[in-house]
Amino acid sequence: MSVAPGVILRGRTVVGGCAEGEALVTRETISGWGGIDPTTGTIIETRHPLHGVSFKNKILVFPGAKGSSAWSAAFHVARLAGAAPKAMIFTVMTTKVALGAVVLRAPAVTDLDQDPLTVIETGDWVRVDADLGIVEVFKRVKI
Amino acid sequence: MLDGAEGPARQKAMDLLVRYGEALGAERFVDTSNIAGVPGSSTLALRNYYQRNGGGSFEDVFSRFDLDSDESVPLPPVAGNCCHLQGGMDPELWAEQGMSRAAFEHQQQDEAEVARHGIQVLKTCTPYLAGNMPAFGEHCAWMESSAVVFCNSVMGARTNTEGRESTSAAMLTGKIPDWGFHRDECRHGTHLIQVDVPVESVMDWGMLGYFIGDAVQENIPVLAGKLGPPNLARHKHLGAAASSSGGVEMYHIVGVTPEAASLDAAMGSKKPVATIHYGPAERRRVYELLNANAHDPHVDYVMLGCPHASIEQIGEAARLLAGKKIHSGSSLWLFTSRAVKSVADLHGYTKIIRDAGGLVMTDTCSAVGRALPNGTKVVALDSAKQVHYLPAIMGVQAWFGSTEDCIHAALTGHWSGELR
Repeated sequence: MSVAPGVILRGRTVVGGCAEGEALVTRETISGWGGIDPTTGTIIETRHPLHGVSFKNKILVFPGAKGSSAWSAAFHVARLAGAAPKAMIFTVMTTKVALGAVVLRAPAVTDLDQDPLTVIETGDWVRVDADLGIVEVFKRVKI
Repeated sequence: MLDGAEGPARQKAMDLLVRYGEALGAERFVDTSNIAGVPGSSTLALRNYYQRNGGGSFEDVFSRFDLDSDESVPLPPVAGNCCHLQGGMDPELWAEQGMSRAAFEHQQQDEAEVARHGIQVLKTCTPYLAGNMPAFGEHCAWMESSAVVFCNSVMGARTNTEGRESTSAAMLTGKIPDWGFHRDECRHGTHLIQVDVPVESVMDWGMLGYFIGDAVQENIPVLAGKLGPPNLARHKHLGAAASSSGGVEMYHIVGVTPEAASLDAAMGSKKPVATIHYGPAERRRVYELLNANAHDPHVDYVMLGCPHASIEQIGEAARLLAGKKIHSGSSLWLFTSRAVKSVADLHGYTKIIRDAGGLVMTDTCSAVGRALPNGTKVVALDSAKQVHYLPAIMGVQAWFGSTEDCIHAALTGHWSGELR
């Protein structure tokens, strides 16, 4: 695998910090409590396209949160269990995802100038500088 | 508070709320004295984690988890009208629920600490049925998605879907970010749901809610059309379902809910971004979706009371079970709050249900407490919300139907529900 030059997206800081890693992208919102297994970071909602997939150590790119109010608590436990994503990029602000991002203490950005759900694909390498609100995407080149 | 002048706990709480407010992009806080959360409570697993990482007392867990602090701080009593929502087990029937004595004793200790700090021990997902009924326009900070949607939509009080950490911090500070549903301009409808098929029963209101959540996600639906007369259970099931399949925190029903005197008032004089029809075909599809994960007709467990049953719902279950016996291979558990159960006890409903072989339980439910009768593989549920969560959390098959369908399944051990 080789990489092409990075695409830059600019947005707003939710939680500061920097991280880079492999993207995990979904167009479906994610439930926290009852939607993930916080001990492994695996999505357990039966109808979710990422059912059975873990976000542990990934850059999680998703529209945002839905479902139970224990969203933050579920992601908080994932942090304690070492199963948290490295960073979060999302498009729809809600109290669930904001509080979840805060207690996850992982870099998080939103309000990007391009749609991250379109620009970023699962497997791309992504650098997040949440202090500056900058996301750099290195497309995975299929050989 | 942020400078520590009011003590370290309020300083940590304010620090968390500032980080949260900045994440949201909020510009100020709003004062609140009606706060519902799950402060300081822990499972044995979480308590044991903190025993290895800083300390396992109630104050340690409250400081480190609820306030997201890296150090433990002394915890003063809370201010305002604060309550504890649902917990992990029934205080008397915990052994039937498969809980250990150690877990029960830990739960009792947490509960004593909650009470000692001035937090009402309501232990329910329906605080509005157990002593905390917000007033129209009151600013609240509530957790529990089904209670949040009820608070905004039915009572016209104002809350976002808060989380454990924000509610615990608000209990100490009396502040919550002034964002979202606290603000007039964020309470107007976005999508029009035109109901083209009669929606009358609690089951039908629940199915409509599940459809709406899927259709509008975190937006605000305005319902109009062939919706039958509202009541407590119908609102409770519609909101719970809509906040499970989607993230609905408020809905309007034209001519029914307090901020929807007219379609124009509900929409804030804006045009809906979309009009979505709910007719016979949509109703059929929701029913099939809710029954999609079940195939084995042998039902070994019926769970009622999601959200926690009202006294009217317990009375209905008692009438359907009176003088009958639950099938030898099946169990029936009905969940409610302690407050409502005390009335059910008074009326003899608890005894009628017990004589039939069922149990009335409080504080928790099968999903929150991860509590199932031994060997359960197939459940029957009258709550779309519980159908959404229980198979995912516990790996069981779930049938969905009316309360009557579910009780029939408990009596016969066999699912025979259908869409009527």
